[in-house]
Amino acid sequence: MATPIVNHDEVTSDILVIGAGGAGMRGAIAASDAGLKVAVVCKSLLGKAHTVMAEGGMAAALANVAKPDSWKTHFSDTMKGGKLLNNWRMAEIHAKEAPERVLELERWGAVFDRTTKGLIHQRSFGGHTYPRLAHIGDRTGLELIRSLQDHLVHQPNVDVHMETTVTRLLVSEGRVWGALAYRRQDGGLVVFKAKSVLLASGGLGKIYRVTSNSWESTGDGTAIAYQAGATVQDCEMVQFHPTGMVWPAGVRGILVTEGVRGEGGFLRNAEGERFMERYDPERMELSTRDVVARAINQEVLEGRGSPHGGAFLDISHKPADYILRRLPSMYEQFHTLADIDITKEPMEVAPTIHYAMSGVRVEPENGATTIEGLFAAGEVACGLHGANRLGGNSLSDLLVFGKRAGDGAVAYASDGRKALSGSDGEVDRAIEHTLAPLGREDGENPYTIHAELQDTLTRFAPIIREESGLRTGLGKVKELQERVRKVGTGGGSGRAFNPGWHAALDVESMVDNAEGVFLCALERRESRGAHTRLDYPELDEELGKVNFVVRREEDDMKVDSVAKEPIPPEYLEIINAEYTKDFVRED
Amino acid sequence: MATSVETDKDTTPVHARPVESTGTVRLNIWRGDEKGGEMVGYDVPVQEGMVVLDAVLWVQQHVDGDLAVRWNCKAAKCGSCSAEINGFPRLMCKTRLSGYAESEISVRPMHTFPVVKDLVTDVSWNYEVNKRIPKFTPSEKDLQDPEPWNIQQEDVERSIEFRKCIECFLCQDVCHVLRNHGRKDAFFGPRFMARVASLEMHPKDTADRRPLLKGEAGVNMCNITKCCTEVCPEHIHITDNAIIPLKERTADLYFDPVRWLGRKIQGK
Repeated sequence: MATPIVNHDEVTSDILVIGAGGAGMRGAIAASDAGLKVAVVCKSLLGKAHTVMAEGGMAAALANVAKPDSWKTHFSDTMKGGKLLNNWRMAEIHAKEAPERVLELERWGAVFDRTTKGLIHQRSFGGHTYPRLAHIGDRTGLELIRSLQDHLVHQPNVDVHMETTVTRLLVSEGRVWGALAYRRQDGGLVVFKAKSVLLASGGLGKIYRVTSNSWESTGDGTAIAYQAGATVQDCEMVQFHPTGMVWPAGVRGILVTEGVRGEGGFLRNAEGERFMERYDPERMELSTRDVVARAINQEVLEGRGSPHGGAFLDISHKPADYILRRLPSMYEQFHTLADIDITKEPMEVAPTIHYAMSGVRVEPENGATTIEGLFAAGEVACGLHGANRLGGNSLSDLLVFGKRAGDGAVAYASDGRKALSGSDGEVDRAIEHTLAPLGREDGENPYTIHAELQDTLTRFAPIIREESGLRTGLGKVKELQERVRKVGTGGGSGRAFNPGWHAALDVESMVDNAEGVFLCALERRESRGAHTRLDYPELDEELGKVNFVVRREEDDMKVDSVAKEPIPPEYLEIINAEYTKDFVRED
Repeated sequence: MATSVETDKDTTPVHARPVESTGTVRLNIWRGDEKGGEMVGYDVPVQEGMVVLDAVLWVQQHVDGDLAVRWNCKAAKCGSCSAEINGFPRLMCKTRLSGYAESEISVRPMHTFPVVKDLVTDVSWNYEVNKRIPKFTPSEKDLQDPEPWNIQQEDVERSIEFRKCIECFLCQDVCHVLRNHGRKDAFFGPRFMARVASLEMHPKDTADRRPLLKGEAGVNMCNITKCCTEVCPEHIHITDNAIIPLKERTADLYFDPVRWLGRKIQGK
């Protein structure tokens, strides 16, 4: 065998987990419980993943506050919220298993707010028929991640490789056998070898300018899976959370939890009107996110926006101590960053990019992707949320499908398989690709390309889309793709903690994700959930029967439609059943 | 190239459009690595409401792509962007430029941890410490209980305060046992006193971490200067509500004369 072109370390395990948010850690715990050797790779320090920013809660039909709740209502709400584009089987599994996963987390040390009877308290949220979100104040994501983290570090046979970024999956004979990564700290390269790989790398919010997402959300997982030949689905389905901070400019995009509306907050326009009356008189502020985001957008377009182009969100009619107890981090956030006391005055909010319903296509039972040995769970995977995710369904998604995909990866690795060793040629190509930006002395600044990409998505793939804008956007993305091929670091060429180098690789992932958004958005000639077309304002029943998917063919992204498995009649009945609104809250 | 009228119109939402700058600020950032470094000055355009992290990232994006800084959420939720701003340990994402009107702003890496590069330090010691703390340990009876646990709100209140910790390690940075005396060998630091407290005060936990506290965790190294409490961005009363009660529990076990006598009699 030829000597590799650059020195690198090798780490061999049974399972490689890429990402250490909720899904990755839950999957790693599943693999460790099965007695396998696990390597976890995460882009940041452990416990800093984007999961930490989730605020409102974790949806699970525990029926603690509303006795009539059951998996059926949760399933129905999830499917209706996703405008039936969801994979119905995933929605069923999720609704049935979420309670178990929440209670398990409690037994691993997670602390939740309680009802007066001493059970886990559940709060109301948009699109959920009953109060259903297990929570602790408004920092549930932190609780979830810390509980998993403290459980994980005591698990046997788990090695966590922090601040390490995967740039390529290694695939031979149609089967994944590892990944190439770089360490941020010293720029060293590592080849991770494993029998199966769990991808749990999160979302892509950083392709937009105004986003609630953290630095890490650059769509790496989708991009590396796509580059390796995996099918990526529903790329047009990107969620705008209705309430991000708007002002001051320095902090715009930062999330204002839906919990504010769950706890009784009102939305008003510049004329003081509770405008949701005109968009969803029944559910009002607790309508689904796609509806509320479009409503705020519309109010602004029609000249009734707040001074900085948003709406007013007001909880000040509630007692101050109630607000401080239920929404402590919102109080702190506005107090520190915007000089606003939310117990006394309204917040100014506008839609902010929040979540990718899109992602790698997976099997509902075990998270298997279209590449053998590669499993995916969490935001990087696609199917559960359809055309619009309900608040609270993400944290439960992470646990339910993190475990299932972890178990799937275990089953695959335990099936008497030997690890493939691949070829050095493949590793060499991956290394060459990863180091390339460092060698381009006159290469373009990656941050410039990133800013232009964000501008392109913000302008041409906004809440309301139309054909000519999408075509223009797609053209710009193609142009940016060409420029990415020649990108440099925007600074020095050292390998030790060089963010310019990291940005060059991140922006390459982001342009692939962006191309998917435009391609699928052009194909979906209807309005459904988060995807709204000015030129096709109605929902088209026929298009509800397909998912749009992208795949790599040679060096081009090809878009295609795939027929969905029809929803069985007995499940349609569950979706369309009437669920009683007549219950007494047991807070 | 001809474009349609629609695409010439700016479809960018009002709240997402670029914002004019309102002036500039002089930002002095420590640049270097483990071999040494120096302060380097940058003039950064300012937008209303901008935080120190925004200014540092502006430099990275426009002047020097390899300026190393650790950050994630920019929303004070993850605790990644800890640094010393004009000498005070803070989160860069939660520190507004407007708080420093008319003066230059200096940003240095945390002092207590070894520098990797520029503003990034090696905080891996903290992760090693965490592994040495016995995990949440409910009783076997509670673990096997098929019913959901019944816990009252007031029973979790005390634990909740410590669970707000975002692991920014600013308390570790400012703790003089670690910072000035370099005694990482003798004291786990305030962050992990809060962690132990969150476990010890959990109503379902049964493990006894007092031997650990008296021994390698070194709770008695703290002499209650409360610097950790002062820098905590989550306003956790680390000294009053975690360290002092843990000191008391440990003292009760090891220094209570009645218990001492009991141990003598039982030959322990």
